[in-house]
Amino acid sequence: MSFESVSALLHMHGYAPYVWPAWGVALGALALLALHARYEKRQLLRDIERRIRRERVNHDTQA
Amino acid sequence: MWQIVHKLGSPKWFYRVSGPWLPWLWSLSVVLLVIGTVWGLAFAPADYQQGDSFRIIYVHVPAAILAQSCFALLAICAVIFLVWRIKLADMAATVAAPFGAAMTFVALFTGSVWGIPTWGTWWVWDARLTSMLILLFLYLGIIALRGAFTSRDSGSRAASILALVGVINLPIIKYSVNWWNTLHQPATFSLTRQPAMPAEMWLPLLVMVLGFYMFFAATVTFRTRNEILRRESRTRWVRELAEKTH
Repeated sequence: MSFESVSALLHMHGYAPYVWPAWGVALGALALLALHARYEKRQLLRDIERRIRRERVNHDTQA
Repeated sequence: MWQIVHKLGSPKWFYRVSGPWLPWLWSLSVVLLVIGTVWGLAFAPADYQQGDSFRIIYVHVPAAILAQSCFALLAICAVIFLVWRIKLADMAATVAAPFGAAMTFVALFTGSVWGIPTWGTWWVWDARLTSMLILLFLYLGIIALRGAFTSRDSGSRAASILALVGVINLPIIKYSVNWWNTLHQPATFSLTRQPAMPAEMWLPLLVMVLGFYMFFAATVTFRTRNEILRRESRTRWVRELAEKTH
Protein backbone atom coordinates (compact mmCIF):
# COMPACT_ATOMS: atom_id res chain seq x y z
CA MET A 1 0.00 0.00 0.00
CA SER A 2 1.51 3.33 -0.98
CA PHE A 3 -0.78 5.32 1.35
CA GLU A 4 -0.78 5.46 5.14
CA SER A 5 -4.57 5.62 5.51
CA VAL A 6 -7.84 5.72 3.60
CA SER A 7 -8.03 9.51 3.96
CA ALA A 8 -4.52 9.79 2.51
CA LEU A 9 -5.67 7.63 -0.41
CA LEU A 10 -8.67 9.90 -0.95
CA HIS A 11 -6.46 12.97 -0.72
CA MET A 12 -3.91 11.59 -3.27
CA HIS A 13 -1.25 13.94 -1.83
CA GLY A 14 -3.12 16.92 -3.25
CA TYR A 15 -3.89 15.37 -6.66
CA ALA A 16 -7.43 14.32 -5.69
CA PRO A 17 -9.11 16.97 -7.93
CA TYR A 18 -7.43 15.38 -10.96
CA VAL A 19 -7.24 11.66 -10.18
CA TRP A 20 -10.84 11.15 -9.04
CA PRO A 21 -12.66 12.97 -11.87
CA ALA A 22 -10.53 11.15 -14.46
CA TRP A 23 -11.26 7.76 -12.89
CA GLY A 24 -14.90 8.65 -12.33
CA VAL A 25 -15.48 9.54 -15.98
CA ALA A 26 -13.60 6.46 -17.24
CA LEU A 27 -15.33 3.89 -15.00
CA GLY A 28 -18.63 5.77 -15.32
CA ALA A 29 -18.43 5.47 -19.12
CA LEU A 30 -17.89 1.71 -18.83
CA ALA A 31 -20.86 1.39 -16.45
CA LEU A 32 -23.12 3.41 -18.76
CA LEU A 33 -22.10 1.33 -21.80
CA ALA A 34 -22.91 -1.91 -19.97
CA LEU A 35 -26.23 -0.65 -18.56
CA HIS A 36 -27.30 0.71 -21.94
CA ALA A 37 -26.58 -2.65 -23.59
CA ARG A 38 -28.77 -4.47 -21.04
CA TYR A 39 -31.58 -1.93 -21.29
CA GLU A 40 -31.48 -2.13 -25.09
CA LYS A 41 -31.87 -5.91 -25.06
CA ARG A 42 -34.83 -5.82 -22.67
CA GLN A 43 -36.52 -3.11 -24.74
CA LEU A 44 -36.01 -5.02 -28.01
CA LEU A 45 -37.43 -8.28 -26.68
CA ARG A 46 -40.41 -6.43 -25.20
CA ASP A 47 -41.14 -4.67 -28.51
CA ILE A 48 -40.95 -7.90 -30.52
CA GLU A 49 -43.22 -9.69 -28.08
CA ARG A 50 -45.70 -6.83 -28.11
CA ARG A 51 -45.87 -6.90 -31.90
CA ILE A 52 -46.51 -10.63 -31.93
CA ARG A 53 -49.41 -10.17 -29.51
CA ARG A 54 -50.84 -7.32 -31.58
CA GLU A 55 -50.66 -9.40 -34.74
CA ARG A 56 -52.44 -12.22 -32.98
CA VAL A 57 -55.27 -9.91 -31.85
CA ASN A 58 -55.65 -8.53 -35.39
CA HIS A 59 -55.67 -12.03 -36.76
CA ASP A 60 -58.40 -13.12 -34.30
CA THR A 61 -60.69 -10.13 -34.96
CA GLN A 62 -60.44 -10.64 -38.70
CA ALA A 63 -61.36 -14.31 -38.46
CA MET B 1 -14.44 -23.00 -47.52
CA TRP B 2 -17.18 -20.58 -48.58
CA GLN B 3 -19.74 -22.61 -46.71
CA ILE B 4 -17.77 -22.13 -43.48
CA VAL B 5 -17.42 -18.38 -44.08
CA HIS B 6 -21.13 -18.01 -44.66
CA LYS B 7 -21.99 -20.12 -41.65
CA LEU B 8 -19.73 -17.89 -39.53
CA GLY B 9 -21.47 -14.90 -41.01
CA SER B 10 -24.94 -16.21 -40.22
CA PRO B 11 -26.55 -14.04 -37.54
CA LYS B 12 -28.61 -16.91 -36.16
CA TRP B 13 -25.53 -19.12 -35.81
CA PHE B 14 -23.58 -16.30 -34.16
CA TYR B 15 -26.42 -15.60 -31.73
CA ARG B 16 -26.50 -19.21 -30.60
CA VAL B 17 -22.74 -19.70 -30.32
CA SER B 18 -21.86 -16.38 -28.65
CA GLY B 19 -24.41 -16.77 -25.83
CA PRO B 20 -22.36 -19.09 -23.59
CA TRP B 21 -19.27 -16.85 -23.98
CA LEU B 22 -20.89 -13.78 -22.49
CA PRO B 23 -20.87 -14.66 -18.76
CA TRP B 24 -17.16 -15.50 -19.03
CA LEU B 25 -16.30 -12.30 -20.86
CA TRP B 26 -18.26 -10.17 -18.37
CA SER B 27 -16.78 -11.86 -15.28
CA LEU B 28 -13.24 -11.80 -16.64
CA SER B 29 -13.49 -8.10 -17.45
CA VAL B 30 -14.96 -7.23 -14.02
CA VAL B 31 -12.27 -9.25 -12.19
CA LEU B 32 -9.44 -7.66 -14.22
CA LEU B 33 -10.87 -4.14 -13.83
CA VAL B 34 -11.32 -4.52 -10.05
CA ILE B 35 -7.78 -5.89 -9.59
CA GLY B 36 -6.33 -3.20 -11.84
CA THR B 37 -8.25 -0.43 -10.08
CA VAL B 38 -7.23 -1.41 -6.55
CA TRP B 39 -3.65 -2.09 -7.63
CA GLY B 40 -3.27 1.07 -9.67
CA LEU B 41 -4.97 3.44 -7.22
CA ALA B 42 -3.72 2.13 -3.89
CA PHE B 43 -0.70 -0.12 -4.30
CA ALA B 44 1.38 1.07 -7.27
CA PRO B 45 4.17 3.41 -6.11
CA ALA B 46 3.78 7.13 -6.79
CA ASP B 47 5.83 8.57 -9.64
CA TYR B 48 8.98 10.37 -8.47
CA GLN B 49 8.19 13.40 -10.67
CA GLN B 50 4.42 13.42 -11.10
CA GLY B 51 3.46 12.09 -7.67
CA ASP B 52 -0.01 10.55 -7.47
CA SER B 53 -1.35 12.38 -10.54
CA PHE B 54 0.32 9.69 -12.67
CA ARG B 55 -2.38 7.21 -11.49
CA ILE B 56 -4.55 8.66 -14.26
CA ILE B 57 -2.40 6.57 -16.64
CA TYR B 58 -4.33 3.45 -15.55
CA VAL B 59 -7.51 4.67 -17.25
CA HIS B 60 -6.02 7.02 -19.85
CA VAL B 61 -3.81 4.51 -21.68
CA PRO B 62 -6.37 1.65 -21.80
CA ALA B 63 -9.05 4.03 -23.15
CA ALA B 64 -6.66 5.39 -25.79
CA ILE B 65 -5.58 1.88 -26.86
CA LEU B 66 -9.21 0.74 -27.11
CA ALA B 67 -10.17 3.88 -29.05
CA GLN B 68 -7.66 2.88 -31.73
CA SER B 69 -8.25 -0.89 -31.64
CA CYS B 70 -11.96 -0.26 -32.02
CA PHE B 71 -11.35 1.83 -35.12
CA ALA B 72 -9.19 -0.95 -36.58
CA LEU B 73 -12.13 -3.29 -35.97
CA LEU B 74 -14.44 -0.88 -37.82
CA ALA B 75 -12.09 -0.91 -40.82
CA ILE B 76 -11.82 -4.74 -40.84
CA CYS B 77 -15.61 -5.04 -40.61
CA ALA B 78 -15.93 -2.52 -43.45
CA VAL B 79 -13.74 -4.66 -45.74
CA ILE B 80 -15.62 -7.85 -44.87
CA PHE B 81 -18.95 -6.13 -45.47
CA LEU B 82 -18.01 -4.34 -48.69
CA VAL B 83 -16.19 -7.30 -50.28
CA TRP B 84 -18.15 -10.35 -49.13
CA ARG B 85 -21.45 -8.66 -48.20
CA ILE B 86 -21.46 -10.37 -44.80
CA LYS B 87 -24.12 -8.55 -42.76
CA LEU B 88 -22.81 -9.74 -39.41
CA ALA B 89 -19.67 -7.63 -39.97
CA ASP B 90 -21.85 -4.59 -40.56
CA MET B 91 -23.81 -5.29 -37.38
CA ALA B 92 -20.58 -5.47 -35.36
CA ALA B 93 -19.42 -2.19 -36.93
CA THR B 94 -22.75 -0.56 -36.04
CA VAL B 95 -22.37 -1.31 -32.34
CA ALA B 96 -18.57 -0.84 -32.15
CA ALA B 97 -18.68 2.78 -33.37
CA PRO B 98 -20.38 4.29 -30.27
CA PHE B 99 -18.06 2.25 -28.05
CA GLY B 100 -15.02 3.65 -29.84
CA ALA B 101 -16.41 7.17 -29.61
CA ALA B 102 -16.89 6.74 -25.85
CA MET B 103 -13.31 5.46 -25.42
CA THR B 104 -11.91 8.35 -27.47
CA PHE B 105 -13.84 10.81 -25.33
CA VAL B 106 -12.55 9.14 -22.14
CA ALA B 107 -8.95 9.24 -23.45
CA LEU B 108 -9.28 12.95 -24.32
CA PHE B 109 -10.99 13.84 -21.03
CA THR B 110 -8.57 11.95 -18.76
CA GLY B 111 -5.65 13.33 -20.78
CA SER B 112 -6.89 16.89 -20.34
CA VAL B 113 -7.38 16.44 -16.60
CA TRP B 114 -3.90 14.93 -16.35
CA GLY B 115 -2.44 17.78 -18.39
CA ILE B 116 -3.44 20.46 -15.87
CA PRO B 117 -1.02 19.45 -13.08
CA THR B 118 1.72 18.01 -15.34
CA TRP B 119 1.84 20.34 -18.37
CA GLY B 120 0.10 23.37 -16.85
CA THR B 121 -2.56 23.30 -19.55
CA TRP B 122 -5.54 21.07 -20.34
CA TRP B 123 -5.07 21.30 -24.11
CA VAL B 124 -2.36 21.95 -26.69
CA TRP B 125 -2.78 21.70 -30.45
CA ASP B 126 0.00 19.21 -30.87
CA ALA B 127 -0.01 16.20 -33.17
CA ARG B 128 -1.06 13.50 -30.69
CA LEU B 129 -3.94 15.44 -29.17
CA THR B 130 -5.18 16.81 -32.47
CA SER B 131 -5.11 13.41 -34.20
CA MET B 132 -7.10 11.93 -31.29
CA LEU B 133 -9.65 14.73 -31.61
CA ILE B 134 -9.91 13.90 -35.33
CA LEU B 135 -10.51 10.26 -34.34
CA LEU B 136 -13.46 11.39 -32.20
CA PHE B 137 -14.89 13.36 -35.14
CA LEU B 138 -14.41 10.34 -37.43
CA TYR B 139 -16.39 8.17 -35.02
CA LEU B 140 -19.16 10.77 -34.76
CA GLY B 141 -19.16 11.14 -38.55
CA ILE B 142 -19.48 7.37 -39.05
CA ILE B 143 -22.37 7.18 -36.56
CA ALA B 144 -24.16 10.15 -38.15
CA LEU B 145 -23.58 8.96 -41.72
CA ARG B 146 -25.04 5.55 -40.95
CA GLY B 147 -28.21 7.16 -39.68
CA ALA B 148 -28.50 9.68 -42.51
CA PHE B 149 -29.89 7.28 -45.12
CA THR B 150 -33.41 5.93 -45.40
CA SER B 151 -32.07 2.68 -46.82
CA ARG B 152 -30.06 0.69 -44.30
CA ASP B 153 -27.76 -0.73 -46.98
CA SER B 154 -26.77 2.72 -48.27
CA GLY B 155 -26.02 3.85 -44.72
CA SER B 156 -23.92 0.76 -44.09
CA ARG B 157 -21.90 1.27 -47.26
CA ALA B 158 -21.29 4.96 -46.60
CA ALA B 159 -20.23 4.27 -43.01
CA SER B 160 -17.91 1.46 -44.20
CA ILE B 161 -16.23 3.70 -46.75
CA LEU B 162 -15.69 6.46 -44.18
CA ALA B 163 -14.18 3.88 -41.80
CA LEU B 164 -11.76 2.77 -44.54
CA VAL B 165 -10.77 6.34 -45.37
CA GLY B 166 -10.42 7.22 -41.69
CA VAL B 167 -8.11 4.33 -40.91
CA ILE B 168 -5.22 6.42 -42.28
CA ASN B 169 -5.52 8.37 -39.02
CA LEU B 170 -4.37 5.36 -36.95
CA PRO B 171 -0.68 5.35 -38.03
CA ILE B 172 -0.73 9.15 -37.72
CA ILE B 173 -1.84 8.85 -34.08
CA LYS B 174 0.71 6.13 -33.37
CA TYR B 175 3.73 7.89 -34.86
CA SER B 176 2.64 11.43 -33.99
CA VAL B 177 4.86 11.40 -30.89
CA ASN B 178 7.89 10.49 -33.02
CA TRP B 179 7.27 12.60 -36.13
CA TRP B 180 6.50 15.90 -34.44
CA ASN B 181 7.71 17.72 -31.37
CA THR B 182 5.18 17.13 -28.66
CA LEU B 183 4.51 17.43 -24.96
CA HIS B 184 3.07 13.94 -25.01
CA GLN B 185 5.27 11.13 -23.78
CA PRO B 186 6.01 8.16 -26.08
CA ALA B 187 4.25 4.80 -25.79
CA THR B 188 4.49 2.92 -22.51
CA PHE B 189 4.34 -0.54 -24.05
CA SER B 190 6.27 -1.74 -27.06
CA LEU B 191 7.07 -5.19 -28.41
CA THR B 192 10.79 -4.51 -28.74
CA ARG B 193 11.73 -2.57 -25.60
CA GLN B 194 11.35 -3.01 -21.88
CA PRO B 195 8.85 -0.49 -20.45
CA ALA B 196 10.60 2.60 -19.10
CA MET B 197 8.86 2.18 -15.75
CA PRO B 198 9.28 -0.46 -13.02
CA ALA B 199 7.12 -3.60 -13.01
CA GLU B 200 5.09 -2.43 -9.97
CA MET B 201 3.88 0.42 -12.19
CA TRP B 202 3.31 -1.24 -15.56
CA LEU B 203 1.83 -4.55 -14.34
CA PRO B 204 -1.37 -2.91 -13.05
CA LEU B 205 -1.50 -1.00 -16.34
CA LEU B 206 -1.31 -4.25 -18.27
CA VAL B 207 -4.14 -5.65 -16.12
CA MET B 208 -6.27 -2.59 -16.84
CA VAL B 209 -5.58 -2.80 -20.59
CA LEU B 210 -6.63 -6.47 -20.62
CA GLY B 211 -9.69 -5.60 -18.51
CA PHE B 212 -10.71 -2.92 -21.02
CA TYR B 213 -10.21 -5.36 -23.90
CA MET B 214 -12.39 -8.01 -22.21
CA PHE B 215 -15.02 -5.38 -21.51
CA PHE B 216 -14.86 -4.32 -25.17
CA ALA B 217 -15.30 -7.94 -26.30
CA ALA B 218 -18.23 -8.46 -23.93
CA THR B 219 -20.06 -5.22 -24.80
CA VAL B 220 -19.60 -5.50 -28.56
CA THR B 221 -20.66 -9.17 -28.56
CA PHE B 222 -23.69 -8.38 -26.39
CA ARG B 223 -24.79 -5.44 -28.53
CA THR B 224 -24.12 -7.30 -31.79
CA ARG B 225 -26.65 -9.82 -30.50
CA ASN B 226 -29.05 -6.93 -29.83
CA GLU B 227 -28.51 -5.71 -33.37
CA ILE B 228 -29.27 -9.23 -34.68
CA LEU B 229 -32.57 -9.21 -32.75
CA ARG B 230 -33.40 -5.78 -34.18
CA ARG B 231 -32.67 -6.64 -37.82
CA GLU B 232 -34.10 -10.15 -37.73
CA SER B 233 -37.09 -9.27 -35.57
CA ARG B 234 -39.52 -10.62 -38.18
CA THR B 235 -37.88 -14.01 -38.53
CA ARG B 236 -39.37 -17.07 -36.94
CA TRP B 237 -36.46 -17.90 -34.65
CA VAL B 238 -36.34 -14.40 -33.12
CA ARG B 239 -40.10 -14.39 -32.54
CA GLU B 240 -39.89 -17.73 -30.77
CA LEU B 241 -37.01 -16.45 -28.69
CA ALA B 242 -38.89 -13.29 -27.67
CA GLU B 243 -41.92 -15.33 -26.63
CA LYS B 244 -39.79 -17.72 -24.61
CA THR B 245 -38.02 -15.01 -22.62
CA HIS B 246 -41.10 -12.98 -21.72
